Amino acid sequence: MTARRLIVGPFNRVEGDLEVTLDIADGMVREARVTAPLYRGFEQILGGRPPEDCLVIAPRICGICSVSQSTAAARALAVIAGAAPPPNGRLAADLILAAENAADHLTHFVLFFMPDFAHQTYARRPWFAAAQRRFAAGHGECARALVPARARFLHLMGLLAGKWPHSLALQPGGVTKGVDSGERIRLLSILAEFREALETHLFADRLERIAALASRADLDAWAGAEAPDRGDFRLFLHIARDLGLSGLGRGPATFLSYGSFGLWPAGVTVDGRTAALDPAGIGEDLTSAWMAGPTQPDAFKDGAYSWCKAPRLNGAVAEVGALARQVVAGDPLATALAANGGSVLARVVMRLVELARLVVAMEGWVRAIRPAEPFCEESPLPLRGQGSGLVEAARGALGHWLTIEAGIIRDYRIIAPTTWNFSPRDAGGCPGPLEQALAGTPVDPGDRNPVAVQHVVRSFDPCMVCTVH
Amino acid sequence: MSEAFSVLWLQAGSCGGCTMSALAADDVGLVAALDRFGIRLLWHPALSAQSGPDALDILADAAAGRIAVDALCVEGAVMTGPNGTGRFQMMAGTGQSTAAWIAAIAAQARHVVAVGSCAAYGGIPMAGANPTDATGLQFLGFDGAGLLPRSFVARGGLPVINVAGCAPHPGWLVETLAELALSGTCALDGLGRPRAFADHLAHHGCSRNEFYEFKASAARASDRGCLMENLGCKATQAPGDCNLRRWNGYGSCTDAGYACINCTTPGFQDCGAPFLETAKIAGIPVGLPVDMPKAWFVALAALSKSATPQRVRTNAHADHVIVPPIHRPPRSP
Repeated sequence: MTARRLIVGPFNRVEGDLEVTLDIADGMVREARVTAPLYRGFEQILGGRPPEDCLVIAPRICGICSVSQSTAAARALAVIAGAAPPPNGRLAADLILAAENAADHLTHFVLFFMPDFAHQTYARRPWFAAAQRRFAAGHGECARALVPARARFLHLMGLLAGKWPHSLALQPGGVTKGVDSGERIRLLSILAEFREALETHLFADRLERIAALASRADLDAWAGAEAPDRGDFRLFLHIARDLGLSGLGRGPATFLSYGSFGLWPAGVTVDGRTAALDPAGIGEDLTSAWMAGPTQPDAFKDGAYSWCKAPRLNGAVAEVGALARQVVAGDPLATALAANGGSVLARVVMRLVELARLVVAMEGWVRAIRPAEPFCEESPLPLRGQGSGLVEAARGALGHWLTIEAGIIRDYRIIAPTTWNFSPRDAGGCPGPLEQALAGTPVDPGDRNPVAVQHVVRSFDPCMVCTVH
Repeated sequence: MSEAFSVLWLQAGSCGGCTMSALAADDVGLVAALDRFGIRLLWHPALSAQSGPDALDILADAAAGRIAVDALCVEGAVMTGPNGTGRFQMMAGTGQSTAAWIAAIAAQARHVVAVGSCAAYGGIPMAGANPTDATGLQFLGFDGAGLLPRSFVARGGLPVINVAGCAPHPGWLVETLAELALSGTCALDGLGRPRAFADHLAHHGCSRNEFYEFKASAARASDRGCLMENLGCKATQAPGDCNLRRWNGYGSCTDAGYACINCTTPGFQDCGAPFLETAKIAGIPVGLPVDMPKAWFVALAALSKSATPQRVRTNAHADHVIVPPIHRPPRSP
């Protein structure tokens, strides 16, 4: 069979711009090159500004991870200011971040990932009619039910953060909005309504049952316990089994997490062994990026093929995201699903399981708020200092590294989740996680737009606007 | 409605936040909210099924005028650098800059809508030294020309319609597109913003109004007082009906305790001072309420400060109500 090269783009439903170059031979992808084609220069823009301005500028890196960017910026400033939010401030900030992560998990499943199964490629599969009815882009029943549920869930953002995206509510010393007793009840109402929507449409089961899934056998038993279209999660599991999605999109067996909400600890897992994370081992390789220096673009650099830099942990490629978060935390289901590295199935399952766990946790945090106690402490900044803000966005590990000198930002570095996952080759020629995951993906002869490639790419829940900021 | 009003959506140098905001439109989402007015998305980068070559077919047809585009919506600033090449944003799969695609389709579209302040005026990407030569569609900041000349008029007779804001309220977008679908036109102010929202100020309806009236000012984040004197709030200068409607069901910037940063105005990204501090000269804020003579503002502020009730003064410096309003029986005249 002849070898050919296929350039796939524009890639939609990936939050931003993406182009993928595939070298195909013998019916499968041999090599992939992932290109992030947009550069905006946020690290350059942040330099030279007053430090607190990062609370305005950084969230605007990304409209879907806006709160995560705010959180990272506020945490970096808090380190420099020596600020520690009071308990209410921590609870409110966690609620705001969890709301973004939960909404993003849902958005990804409903709007970005599942519509590909309504593609005509699958017209002969037994589940196709159900997939079209539930997941067709624009008018599928799933989106018609859950996009409004998501919008009403985001009322929590309206109440706690003023709006979403691009809020200034998250400050180094806590949050700008106190919650009174009536608002606390309204937050519980918002969560109750969201829970009902998820339990009716997405899971067709209690959130606690999904949150407690603990093994591959447990997952299979749950999937088989009812008709395949009882809940969109179950329908996905049915489709995944038919298409073998557990064997598609194999990533590197190295997972990285900064830890989140005190629920899931930070760490790094390599081939099933978890160790503490030393952020000092994180570096960025510029070999394949159109970058002359860490913050100096060079659009015509030889040998480069992406605006994305290549983050590496002690020189190694790592995958980040909900799956990584749960693997590093030692979750038994995640560990079982990712025993040989991530897959399309593992990434999607752990995103939805995490969604269920987040909503349950949020209900507890709202109850723990104590109205009339402080939500924010003052946090004046010194004229110089260094700090980092590490946070788990929906899509994985996000870090900000900030240096202040003479009262202005001297240096601002950002490494976003998809920068890890969609990184290009490094100086050693080692491909990034998606580039590795695409190798081996089957492609039919003459197919200009292979749908399996779409599944692999979107399984990472990419956010390209964060990737290159 | 007989024929659908078609919208083609492109993302230039954007964060995607305008789409994310719109996704919560009217609590039903962008697609359903537009559908009520017979408005259909020809293609949207975050919401449509078509990817790769299927999407390119739609864009190529639109650029060649083979399919009707009633409104081209562009989200994000146009990256024209480096050196005018547009290589800071190449449209994937085409080898051409996104700037070139926008210009080609804008020439065919009945209306051109800039969604958000980046597409309208350049916005955040053109902050500071503007490293990517980012620009708005028809404006570069307040005065300059964008990707399209200041004389640009789309086929439907209107200049670029600037649904400004970072991100704009989803209602501003839905109502603008619905107005275009219903009446074929839309009243704009001198900066291309729909007057439906831009004739108001963000200050109108602010829930901190009593604190504003008495100049009972917040001193630190989470205080309930007015944010104008110390914490950088520009709501008295910022076009938008932000506090006459709710954001995400409940909120607004000022409701949530942080400053309005005047995000509907060109150049808001470089306001010359820290965003969250009020720039002052001799103790008087540099940015006074629009249309208000400075001498009167100073005189009224001094007077109202001296008349501030203890309740208002106390609550201005707390994150919850310390002193409730006094109880009095209703009086007859």
